[in-house]
Amino acid sequence: MGSVGAKDVPVLMSPDGKRIDGRRADELRPLAITAGALKQADGSAFVEWGANKVMAAVYGPREVHPRHLQQNNKAIVQCRYNMAAFSVDERKRPGLDRRSQEISKVIAEAFESVIFVEEFPRTSIDVYIEVLQANAGTRCAGLVAASVALADAGIPMVDLVPAVAVGKVADSIVLDLKKEEDNYGSADLPMALVPQSGRLVLLQMEGHMTRDELHRALDLGVAGCRKIYDVMRQALLDKYRADGPAPGVAA
Amino acid sequence: MSEEVAAEILTTHILDLARSGRRLDGRGLDDYRKSSVVPGFVASADGSALARIGETAVLCGIKLEPGKPYPDTPNAGTLTTNAELVPLSSPMFEPGPPHPRAIEVSRVVDRAIRAAETIDLTKLCVTSGEKCWTCYVDMHVLDHSGNIIDTASLAALGALAHTTMPNVRFGVAEADAPLAIQHYPVECTFARLGEAIVIDPSVEEEGAANGRLTIATDEAGNVVAMQKGLIGAFSPDDVKSLVDRAFRHGDRQRRLAKDA
Amino acid sequence: MGSGHRPGPPSRGRGGGRPPPDRERQLVLPGDEIDAHGLQPGPGTYRVHGRTYASVLGLIQHRPPVVRIVPLSGRYIPHAGDVVVGTVTDVQGTFWLLDIGAPRWAPLHMTGTPWKIDFGETENYLRVGDSVVVAVESLESTGRIGVTMNGDGLGKLEGGTIVTVSPARVPRVIGRGGSMITTLTRHTGAKISVGQNGRIWIDGSEEAIRRVTESLRLIDEEGQRSGLTERIASYLTSTEAPAEGLMPGPAPPTRAEREPEGEPPEAEDEPRLEE
Repeated sequence: MGSVGAKDVPVLMSPDGKRIDGRRADELRPLAITAGALKQADGSAFVEWGANKVMAAVYGPREVHPRHLQQNNKAIVQCRYNMAAFSVDERKRPGLDRRSQEISKVIAEAFESVIFVEEFPRTSIDVYIEVLQANAGTRCAGLVAASVALADAGIPMVDLVPAVAVGKVADSIVLDLKKEEDNYGSADLPMALVPQSGRLVLLQMEGHMTRDELHRALDLGVAGCRKIYDVMRQALLDKYRADGPAPGVAA
Repeated sequence: MSEEVAAEILTTHILDLARSGRRLDGRGLDDYRKSSVVPGFVASADGSALARIGETAVLCGIKLEPGKPYPDTPNAGTLTTNAELVPLSSPMFEPGPPHPRAIEVSRVVDRAIRAAETIDLTKLCVTSGEKCWTCYVDMHVLDHSGNIIDTASLAALGALAHTTMPNVRFGVAEADAPLAIQHYPVECTFARLGEAIVIDPSVEEEGAANGRLTIATDEAGNVVAMQKGLIGAFSPDDVKSLVDRAFRHGDRQRRLAKDA
Repeated sequence: MGSGHRPGPPSRGRGGGRPPPDRERQLVLPGDEIDAHGLQPGPGTYRVHGRTYASVLGLIQHRPPVVRIVPLSGRYIPHAGDVVVGTVTDVQGTFWLLDIGAPRWAPLHMTGTPWKIDFGETENYLRVGDSVVVAVESLESTGRIGVTMNGDGLGKLEGGTIVTVSPARVPRVIGRGGSMITTLTRHTGAKISVGQNGRIWIDGSEEAIRRVTESLRLIDEEGQRSGLTERIASYLTSTEAPAEGLMPGPAPPTRAEREPEGEPPEAEDEPRLEE
């Protein structure tokens, strides 16, 4: 998704360690999450993360269509990650390209790793992610939105799943790449963490990193996920806190 | 899909209510749900708007890209309209190729935009027969709680009315400029519930409806597009009275898109 | 809108530990460690390395011998004995499939009805779109939900309408000891059948249905706040027709009053503050 017209590579890291948007290496872009953003879905969430805007919805567990995908002993988790035509600089043709299909697959597998799927045999849990405005890190933003939507839909799971990308720009390991860093950086490593177990359920990487850099990238990503986790939790608490019995209700 | 079988007694109840001039959500037969338009929702588009009618939500993004004029209209730019009924928006929609319903929504909105001459396509011509702008109107349905067509049309008009032509980016001119809007068409959809005809049907009412009629009007007093949908029928007198209702509501709705 | 987070110092200390559940209201999220007080892990919880965690979003409830989470959202999860309102989605030779809002459609076998039906005659009794009150009879490991129409208060629904609320709101719709239902029926004269799946059948005058529907909408939106019964009563009083308001004579007997035992049993299972 390069922009039109050749441009010089921007200065990605200033001498005093500031990134293109003024962040430090370990700083996230601003993140805001709304739990329960849609009426029709069983669960939903809207994520604004830097210049990304992503909506996620969950339907299910429900009957499987087509039926031959049914599993006798567990629910299947189906994911559709889709980018709106207007979400990127150059209009994207509607429909799922190979990139979207791959992302859909790894996100579905990440969630199937944490959902107690055996509680709902022969059903489907459908996770839909619509990227409305993209600025690098949409698979992580989509995963975060979908994880909050799953909790909003009452799906039993081990934990919420925060996700973030770590990358390498101008020889520095940095957290949460924005578009210019993604385009001109030398490595990108998206990951998703299960805080309860400390394990990663999504991990991809592209670019060049030394062993030492990779170690630091993993540590930085895990620390970033823990910050994102707090925002995810808060979004759900904000929606449901008003639902709890008010203090002072006589039992 | 068939998971969404409507309970017959709910359908009957909706029809009974309509007979005495009432509706499930307490509205009168001629009451629209609360509508809103938020322009500029998506920065990656050249123009955009999030429209809501009740809980139904449609996001429209406009993209302008250089293209080649059609041979039969060498002095005009081109317009492409597309609606996505993504499965995120309703338990009724499934992943897969575009549903005929999505195609109907795009076509009905496209007809209104085109027939009303919302934008002057000749202004989208850069070099006769050689180079023009292609204007993509992409509508993304986010929540289908009934009456997608009106919501999509409101989103499209709101987005077009807040579009900047990316002249600089594509080296067409020295400065970007707002896309000029000539006319403001909006769609008004009605559903027949027995002998009563309600405006702006909810998703439950659509399920009970025996006939749907969409009428697009512009601010100059013209009807610019119509579409009868679903199984059912309308008399010419029905249509005449609905046209009056469409103008009454249309003037308010188009202000929402224009002044947002 | 939403919870904002600007990168900066972490919002709360988490010296390697996990955030404590919001104790005041016992609202927990998936992954939150919970204090089991020595109880066994029940529905909505799981145990790893001797620690107990929530698996769903909801309120903690210590009900010896288990600790469980009462979900605040999600689809209806059936339990044996639940009375639910369903709609026929498919008709087969010997059974019907019902949408009861659960993860799966529930088969109602023709032997589970009060009718004597021959093979292939099922469609003469119930068609697609018909609504019924049934009881959940069996839950199999395959996810199959067996339901029956044999029992008091069960059967095909004729007339009236169906309103859907979140299944998590059902205890509120019933109220403690049936108080909310009593309030609704007393003020409106409507007949009300509450399915544990959040589908509620209402019958009566158009006006009665409208007022009950509006009350249910308030309950669904306002949820678990205190004083809900009083506020619903005040809404219903304020919408009473003048004649009724001047002479608040006894409302006609209602289903709920006639058959209080017919109410779903979970009403007292309403989540509450820690005793």
